[in-house]
Amino acid sequence: MTTTLPAYDDVVARYEPVIGLETHVELGTNTKMFCGCPTDFGGEPNTRVCPVCLGLPGSLPVANKAAIEATIRIGLALNCSIAPWSRFARKNYFYPDMPKDFQISQYDEPLCFEGYLDVEVNGELVRIGIERVHLEEDTGKSLHVGGATGRIHGATESLVDYNRAGIPLVEIVTKPVPGIGALAPEVARAYVTELRDVLRSLGVSDVRMEEGSLRCDVNTSLNLPGAEWGTRTETKNVNSLRSVERAVRSEMLRQASVLDAGGRIVQETRHFQEDTGGTRPGRSKETATDYRYFPEPDLVPLAPEAAWVAELKAALPELPRLHRRRLQEQWGLSDADMQSVLNAGAVELIEATVAAGATPAAARKWWLGELSRRANETGVELADIGATPHQVAELQGLVDAGKLNDKLARTVLEGVVAGEGSPTQIMANRGLEVVSDTGALTAAVDEAIAANPGVAEKVRSGKVAAAGALVGAVMKTTRGQADAKTVRELILERLGAQG
Amino acid sequence: MAAISREEVAHLARLSRLAVTEEELDTFAGQLDTILQAVAQVGEVTAADIPPTSHSVPLTNVLREDVVVPGLTPAEALSGAPDAEEQRFRVPRILDEDVAS
Repeated sequence: MTTTLPAYDDVVARYEPVIGLETHVELGTNTKMFCGCPTDFGGEPNTRVCPVCLGLPGSLPVANKAAIEATIRIGLALNCSIAPWSRFARKNYFYPDMPKDFQISQYDEPLCFEGYLDVEVNGELVRIGIERVHLEEDTGKSLHVGGATGRIHGATESLVDYNRAGIPLVEIVTKPVPGIGALAPEVARAYVTELRDVLRSLGVSDVRMEEGSLRCDVNTSLNLPGAEWGTRTETKNVNSLRSVERAVRSEMLRQASVLDAGGRIVQETRHFQEDTGGTRPGRSKETATDYRYFPEPDLVPLAPEAAWVAELKAALPELPRLHRRRLQEQWGLSDADMQSVLNAGAVELIEATVAAGATPAAARKWWLGELSRRANETGVELADIGATPHQVAELQGLVDAGKLNDKLARTVLEGVVAGEGSPTQIMANRGLEVVSDTGALTAAVDEAIAANPGVAEKVRSGKVAAAGALVGAVMKTTRGQADAKTVRELILERLGAQG
Repeated sequence: MAAISREEVAHLARLSRLAVTEEELDTFAGQLDTILQAVAQVGEVTAADIPPTSHSVPLTNVLREDVVVPGLTPAEALSGAPDAEEQRFRVPRILDEDVAS
């Protein structure tokens, strides 16, 4: 394909996009959805399996209470109604990623429905409608062999590991989101980001997109202004927040170029290509897939008691957006300053540093300054830099007590990041404490004056600014471990000049 | 009117990966129709005050605690597999099927 894509600004001037997102979240329960197998990530193939998740004859599933509870909490956090009566359903299909030849899911009776999530885009609040939140089981992992690339095309056989089969998976489906125009890609990204933060605050999942515990499918369509919504495509394989944004954008461009050429959009599944940022058609389907859903006969219905739901609702944590708003007020930050804290991924770190005793200003200074710089240089996440909020608070405590000046504190912080111990230990081990012994300082000052008689004379005659050279000399002999202000005062005192 | 058409039986056979001959289609369509009509008689006694059920026992909320229970060893798990490689189940490639998630 050598078609040149139209410019984005041109596309959004002529078409209106509608997006929708389906997000799958692996719950962080100890055990699988319908059996007692562990759920830890990784592990040798087929070491976390049992007759239930292998679908062996005679085995019976029993639903995991913690997974039901987590799903209800997600629904409540997304302002959903909780179904007083709900059932699991069998989704039948022939694909070896489920050994039963069906997946236990929910169909027309999801556990949670009709909610919303407010997200902020460019300072504006966009309300994303939530269609449903339902519970199902994850599938196994297939390794396609015999082909060139490990992809299914060209493969001759598949090797299947069922460790992941049966892990509780929550599917969160938005309503279509129209009316957002050129912001569509950013809204999509902001929604997934906010959803991830909500899930993290609930503690229901580790929400790691790169490990697949949070996965996203993006629906996109275009229509002419005032016309009916266009045919949508579904883009799968979108594995990072950045990819969510890119997938919507590239699909808008692709669809516009098809429509501009007088073509029709085919309702299909497309795959996001991480390398090019574009999408590629998946396998075409001649007819809509017939999953022959029917109520799961091996499981009894769910009827969450109102009292239980009310109890879970009362115990929900503060929503991330409101939490951030409250912190911003407490820390006295402008929107722009708060945004740079968010961009650096430092909200929780600063919050914890403040909780450990530092002022918000000092906590922000270290995390956004020295530590962010090092994180950028070494390409690690700020949270993985090697310094803890507690250590940063301790470091600031040493500065406040006059034991470290700013330069020494940076050196100590280097030691902390290098894993040399606590700031107090590093200060002691490396002998970095500010020299506060006046006797030693006076000796260094006298030495500097003796070594620079010309400068000393200038200061005596009233050129106080010249004292800087003497301060520098003293700092050099004390290897930067003196307090510059004290040194300056001492010099002026010795030379009988007024500061 | 028949409860199930010959075309519907052919569709179901395809979904179930059953190779059914033309003659068998005639036979099974007739048999399935008889079965469905017999089952449909149950519908004649349904009343508006009895909700449809998927389970014969009136139970709800049968749940288990989130506690790990020992499962199978890989050798046990793979013992019934037609073929295995790298401690994984080995199956023929599948194309033209959607992956559920």
